[in-house]
Amino acid sequence: MPRIMFLYALIAGILLGFFYALMSLGLNLGFGVLQVVNIAHGDIVVLGAYIAYELSSKAHLNPLLGMLLAVPPAVILGLLIYYAIAPALGKSADPEMLSLILFFGISQVIEALETVVFGNNQKTISASSFGSGPVHILGQAIPREYVLAALVSIPVIALVFYYLYRSRLGLATRALMSSRDDAMAVGINVGRTSAISFGIALGLAASAGALSNFILGGTNPTQGVDITTTAFAVIIIGALGSPAGTLVGGLVYGLTFQFAQTYAPSWANLVPYLLLLIVMLVKPTGLVGKRVRYA
Amino acid sequence: MPNRIWLRRAGDLAAIAVPTLIFAFAPSFEGNTLLLVNMMVYVALAQGVNVIYGFTGYLPFGYVGFFGAGAYGTYIAVAHLHVGALVAVILGGLFSVVVAIILIPLLRLQGAYFAIASLAAALVLSALIGNPDLKSITNGPYGADLSKIYSVNGSYYAGVVLVAFALIVVVFLQRSRFGLSLRAIRADQTSASMAGINVVLMRSIAWLLSAAIAGFAGAVYAWALSVFYPDAVFATTISLFAIVFALFGGVGSTLGPVIGAVVLYEVYNSIGVSQPQYFQLIYGALIVAVAMFLPGGLASLVGPRWRQWVTKRFGRNPGEPLPAGDV
Repeated sequence: MPRIMFLYALIAGILLGFFYALMSLGLNLGFGVLQVVNIAHGDIVVLGAYIAYELSSKAHLNPLLGMLLAVPPAVILGLLIYYAIAPALGKSADPEMLSLILFFGISQVIEALETVVFGNNQKTISASSFGSGPVHILGQAIPREYVLAALVSIPVIALVFYYLYRSRLGLATRALMSSRDDAMAVGINVGRTSAISFGIALGLAASAGALSNFILGGTNPTQGVDITTTAFAVIIIGALGSPAGTLVGGLVYGLTFQFAQTYAPSWANLVPYLLLLIVMLVKPTGLVGKRVRYA
Repeated sequence: MPNRIWLRRAGDLAAIAVPTLIFAFAPSFEGNTLLLVNMMVYVALAQGVNVIYGFTGYLPFGYVGFFGAGAYGTYIAVAHLHVGALVAVILGGLFSVVVAIILIPLLRLQGAYFAIASLAAALVLSALIGNPDLKSITNGPYGADLSKIYSVNGSYYAGVVLVAFALIVVVFLQRSRFGLSLRAIRADQTSASMAGINVVLMRSIAWLLSAAIAGFAGAVYAWALSVFYPDAVFATTISLFAIVFALFGGVGSTLGPVIGAVVLYEVYNSIGVSQPQYFQLIYGALIVAVAMFLPGGLASLVGPRWRQWVTKRFGRNPGEPLPAGDV
């Protein structure tokens, strides 16, 4: 029996790991280019979840199509936010603290608007359009949603990696992530590249929202804070500013969470936060990071 | 010039006494004492954020952890040590200081790292205290009952003392060498350390003072509520409110956070209780606006003019402490 539980936790943890990686990738991208932790990240995930929910419940669209449609508005929102706050950040003596407070305010505004528009009740999308019953992997009955989330997350993550490592704009983005000054010196349009990257970051957050509907058991406006904290734990575990680290972080997080839930369910909720604290205090560079980067 | 010094001392005394006396006599004008207790609790919490953020630059998203620790420390003292109300409240506040001592390593982190790590620590504490496995100590998620020590007047005047305590701490920071050291550290840690300031010690003391304020606030709140659940005293909104109130009023000033807390809590009370989402919208937008256009909060509208007037009337004082840096 323990062997079977172990196998279940292992498979479910890996599958969920890909989802958590996708959910956190945008936060890391935004941090990489702006040196800013976007406290509103979780609220954008929730926004994506609501858009997918509305499209599937009112327009009867497949939730995955809803996921695609949630991305463009989030990208536009990202561009708007970037251009609204960039001048103030540029002028500030302490841009880090200012951005923290600005995003804190923005997060509250988004959460409030979500409550006004979508209400306070938990919204859930039925996963029945993807068939019913668990999927059997290596003799384990794995919830269908987990498999679906992994199957969707993997190609999206692959696409982001392709963009970052193979496209010209991606190259510029990575240059910006490793050194803003050097990027500027070699003639990269820092403002435009940052804006686009921030847009993509929010787009990714929104795309994870459609899946969070299945994985986190529904959507409500107050989820934002928890999602931000979890995503922050994931990118810290990996390494801040490293997209590959986020994948590692997601898997570590998914596995830890699943094992805790299997063996000590009443303590499982502590896992993300304890993991975050331990990594931050013991190895602030993350598991794959090479150097400390201060937010 | 003696005039100038006496004026400042009188001003400091008034800054402590006026809000305290207003709260002490408020029940004769306002029948809803629980509302007043809440307001005093938020005045204290906003000052607590002022102490740690305004003077050291650490923004604690998990500030509520100390509040909850104070509330549960009080419960544990009453349920297991069977002490009286006053002793329980003091032990509650001290319990929060103990938690803060354990969390001192968090101060190694900076900026957003610290903000989010402190939130994580508060969530861990909340999950620990609310865990059904710890039912024998904290009664887990089933709630804490303080009806044994219930006293409307007792908890109210404990709240008044709390407000005075928070104000005394802030005035002390404004005027003392210790507060000056903190501001020096905030402005430039390396230079401050070169000048012989023990950076780690000073910061840790500010952290413990700030935790003590939140702990006593939690204890007073618990006493006034009498029956409460982990969710009520560890609600993330408590941290958010305290930070927003402090920023709106103006961190680094003495009275800014008091005014911020009173004004915004009044707004919250009139619309936020029935429709919290509209209040959240207002304070979210307010925080963006304050951060962008008025980084010193409300206090920065009045402060410079007051100083100008004093200078014109009583002459310049070379001993004037450095003005607090902007947000």
